Amino acid sequence: MTAMTHEPAVLADDPFDTANILDPYPFLARLRDAGPVSYLESTGSYAVAGYQEVYEVLTDFETYISSGGLGPRDIRKDSGWRPPSILESDPPIHTVMRRALTGVINPGTVRALRGPFTPPAVELTEELARRDRFDAVTDLAEKYPLRVFPDAVGIPDEGREHLLPYGNMVFNAFGPENYIFQQAFAHGDEHAAAVMRNCERENLSDTGFGARIWDRVQEGLITGQQATLLVRALLSAGVDTTVFGIGNTLSVLARYPEAWARLRANPKMARFAVDEALRVESPFQKFHRTVAVDTELGGVKIPAGAKVLVFIGAANRDPRRWGDSADEFDLDRSASGHVAFGMGLHQCVGQPIARLEMEIVLQQLLERVATIEPDGEPVPILHNVLRGFESLPVRITAA
Amino acid sequence: MTETATETVATAAATIDVVIDRVETAADQVVSLVLRRLDGEPFQPWQPGAHIDVHLGEGLVRQYSLCSPLEELDHLRIGVLRVPDSRGGSRAVHELEAGSPLTISEPRNNFPMLDSRRYLFVAGGIGITPLIPMIEAAEKAGKDWQLVYGGRSRGTMAFADRLLERYGPDRIQIIAEDEAGRMDLDAILGLPRAHMLVYACGPSGLLGAIEERCMGWPPGALHTERFVASALGAGAASEPFEVELARTGTTVTVPTDKSILDAVEEVGVRVLSSCRGGLCGTCETQIISGEPEHRDAVLSEEDREAGEVMLVCVSRAAAGCPRLVLDL
Ligand code: HEM
Ligand code: FES
Repeated sequence: MTAMTHEPAVLADDPFDTANILDPYPFLARLRDAGPVSYLESTGSYAVAGYQEVYEVLTDFETYISSGGLGPRDIRKDSGWRPPSILESDPPIHTVMRRALTGVINPGTVRALRGPFTPPAVELTEELARRDRFDAVTDLAEKYPLRVFPDAVGIPDEGREHLLPYGNMVFNAFGPENYIFQQAFAHGDEHAAAVMRNCERENLSDTGFGARIWDRVQEGLITGQQATLLVRALLSAGVDTTVFGIGNTLSVLARYPEAWARLRANPKMARFAVDEALRVESPFQKFHRTVAVDTELGGVKIPAGAKVLVFIGAANRDPRRWGDSADEFDLDRSASGHVAFGMGLHQCVGQPIARLEMEIVLQQLLERVATIEPDGEPVPILHNVLRGFESLPVRITAA
Repeated sequence: MTETATETVATAAATIDVVIDRVETAADQVVSLVLRRLDGEPFQPWQPGAHIDVHLGEGLVRQYSLCSPLEELDHLRIGVLRVPDSRGGSRAVHELEAGSPLTISEPRNNFPMLDSRRYLFVAGGIGITPLIPMIEAAEKAGKDWQLVYGGRSRGTMAFADRLLERYGPDRIQIIAEDEAGRMDLDAILGLPRAHMLVYACGPSGLLGAIEERCMGWPPGALHTERFVASALGAGAASEPFEVELARTGTTVTVPTDKSILDAVEEVGVRVLSSCRGGLCGTCETQIISGEPEHRDAVLSEEDREAGEVMLVCVSRAAAGCPRLVLDL
């Protein structure tokens, strides 16, 4: 490390204000251009938005730790609103939790889901293809994951209506305690209690991922409390993200009719479309890390205890990594290397499930819908860290 | 994996005529062969982790990792474990004498060493061989590294003394089972470290235990090369093979120095990939017919046996299977 350090660019912009949430990309471009590491006055945190720096922060999990929480507060000092999840842990706790989860969710176990995950997608898209317009978010993106994912985990039917509101709480808590946060937590206790009930072994079916996680308690790998927390992690991290993933993919494709036509001719390319859409419209946009020891990044000194806001959605549009057309969706681009699912130690465990859901929905829609185009302006959702739409009206012609 | 002997008739894959310059005893049941080109020319530069095919006559081909210094291209060194019940490969090698001619392939690499800041090397028995050039490269680049080398007894552990002498006990830990018991993998692996890669080579049981423990590590931190106790070398099928792309309707020849993924991409067919190293599962492809040889770290034992899918960034056609039909 050299002695050549400099002060970070100081920005007054608030990434959590309404304008920057509804249309994040102009601010993110400014942030990237301000330098490798900036300081945000509004939140009192450092910020990284370039691909290289984001990659470094994500992969150096010893310097940029997660046990301080993914939100702006350091939950080591100031305990969070719920017991910390796998996402909010470091080795060695993380290591055992992650080992338990990887044994349960991996390409092999997820492959078996293609069968059960397909009929609900067929059913939903058949119904939608009979109309000439629908809302791609409320009629499809919000419906599909709820039809398949809770069954895969094995939770009872009762209480499923709490999943989306609970996910909304969990993710909004990765931002400041602003108006959005308060709205999300309005009936918080009720949602949290309902979800926690469904994490207990006796409420889980014998065949889902939930029961498989509890098997690891029998094997002595994890404790019962850790099993509860892992099932809770699936239920909180696995629904909203995928809803937004599907909605964002369709929001992009509705604007690229040529891509839709090419995909119809070759539905095998659906996987590439999903990947590229996750790059340009990353559902999980940003979260925090906590600096464990005094460090230096991009020539800027960052003190121990500081929070770093990691803008993965901005890294995915960094022209230094993706070229001048970084903001454009391009079916021919190789989006591999994007960080929409994170990178390194905490890289999304649910990635194969999310990809499978998105691919199936898109393939089924491609089969039945000849053209799709926006039918009015999409309405972005007001959310602290996720990017997605509340409403995405589309006009279609059936195949 | 089962036996690695690939009893196919050797064909046109580029071969080199060499002469056995020296045969040395490296440990109980282990010999080390020093090979030079018959034409006196230097060998092509190769990278840590590389192996050669050794043609043992009557169509018997075996793979052995290179363990000579990277810079000394006037010779290649391989280490060979002699196993009593072997189907012939290692016995045939042990019967070779200094001065005999031999046919080998160009060095190829199925176990490449990725650049990182720290390394932990774990060797079980003769699995030390591919790690020796990796250690040399790590040391030369000033990386932070450690080697833990386990074996049944010191007498069976090839190159152990030489490594210890060269790099010292701070870097190298030798664990002989008859003195110190088995390797304590929990202690050896410890906790995941940022920017640390683990390279492990040894018998399947050891690698399975390491894989299990690294499931909580960052995806891609662990790299392994499997071999059976009877012979060293991933069963690298040494022949080119054909891949028929059922959806695209074309057939591609996959040469020995390219992955299916590379070969397929070269003809303009796209496959979703990420790590390109058999680690992430992204490139999983359905097999319509043919038998794969799995070389990834993703698929479970059941998946491998079912043979329905393969990871085309690393896995290949099994020996004796000239054609794979894939859902691409
Ligand atoms: C498109 C959908 C999804 C996106 C964009 C996404 C994104 C992410 C990201 C960025 C991280 C890393 C956070 C960090 O580094 O701190 C993560 C972690 C995680 N995700 Fe996802 N995710 C998605 C779907 C899912 C699904 C379906 C599940 C459940 C099956 C899931 C479960 C998890 C869990 C448990 C972690 C924590 C892993 C750890 O800390 O080791 N995610 N996800
Ligand atoms: S691309 Fe990662 S396993 Fe093949």
